[in-house]
Amino acid sequence: MTELPLIGEAPVAAESRLNGARIGVVTFPGTLDDRDAARAVRLAGGTAVALWHADTELADVDAVVIPGGFSYGDYLRAGAISRFAPLMSKIIDAANSDAKLPVLGICNGFQILTESHLLPGSMIKNDHLKFLCRDQVLRVENNTTVWTADYEAGQEILVPLKNQDGQYIADEKTLDALEAEGRVAFRYVGFNPNGSRRDIAGITNAAGNVVGLMPHPEHAVEPGFGPESNAGTDGLGFFTSVLNKIVGGAK
Amino acid sequence: MPRIVVDVMPKPEILDPQGKAIVGALPRLGFTSFSAVRQGKRFELTVDGEVTDAILAQAREAAETLLSNPVIEDVVNVEVVEA
Repeated sequence: MTELPLIGEAPVAAESRLNGARIGVVTFPGTLDDRDAARAVRLAGGTAVALWHADTELADVDAVVIPGGFSYGDYLRAGAISRFAPLMSKIIDAANSDAKLPVLGICNGFQILTESHLLPGSMIKNDHLKFLCRDQVLRVENNTTVWTADYEAGQEILVPLKNQDGQYIADEKTLDALEAEGRVAFRYVGFNPNGSRRDIAGITNAAGNVVGLMPHPEHAVEPGFGPESNAGTDGLGFFTSVLNKIVGGAK
Repeated sequence: MPRIVVDVMPKPEILDPQGKAIVGALPRLGFTSFSAVRQGKRFELTVDGEVTDAILAQAREAAETLLSNPVIEDVVNVEVVEA
């Protein structure tokens, strides 16, 4: 499927060799950002595959994006009910398998990954209790994951942030271990928007195939729609990183 | 119909942002005797018939796996309440 840019030029000349890479995008009841995530995959050159939470097969995808939104209305706890969806069992098994399926959780997707215990810690309500939507600077702390390899270590990127339950917490021992193992993938720069411990915006698992973050790279992939500075396309690197990894391309 | 009541609270070491907002609102209504508030959740699981040990065990397991997240919350009470 060809994606026509709505404004301006397509940010990435979609390389045909990436078309063979299939990135699944999961939709739960209440998911909001699945279409943006699928569009980001296509703009980066890959093939987006729609997955439904009640599916029992992963449709031979090479990677999975769990997008943002309010699955099950955030009832009980954000992500708590989605975690037990039939497709999540498949995703959890595949992420932990030798094949190390790449999985990216964005916002509600990150919450689902912590509820699934694929990533440690949890999110609670923002310390100021308000829903917050802003363009947020992040520092890429770990560019060795499959989702961040196209960034420079220490690179600062600007992507939208929008959430109410975005305060990342974990006990001190877990936080120390994350720091020591280089598993803090992204940190908020300049302003901590929600009280997250140690300014943590996103983390990775030890193998680097499962990454979760609260801000939204899929909303910063196209000129004219992302943040106004930095061309508004700083989020594209997540998707090109995994596509290049899948097709075996060098960084 | 008997019910199994499950009470879940945020872990003591975790700052409870909602409780903090509530404790700030109390003095504005003249309730000045309360120095802290913590907000938890109460679940009521209705059982059709007698609550056996096996059913109570199921409720405890549900409390630990779905009703609470052990990273941020503790199950502080599981008890049977006869209707």
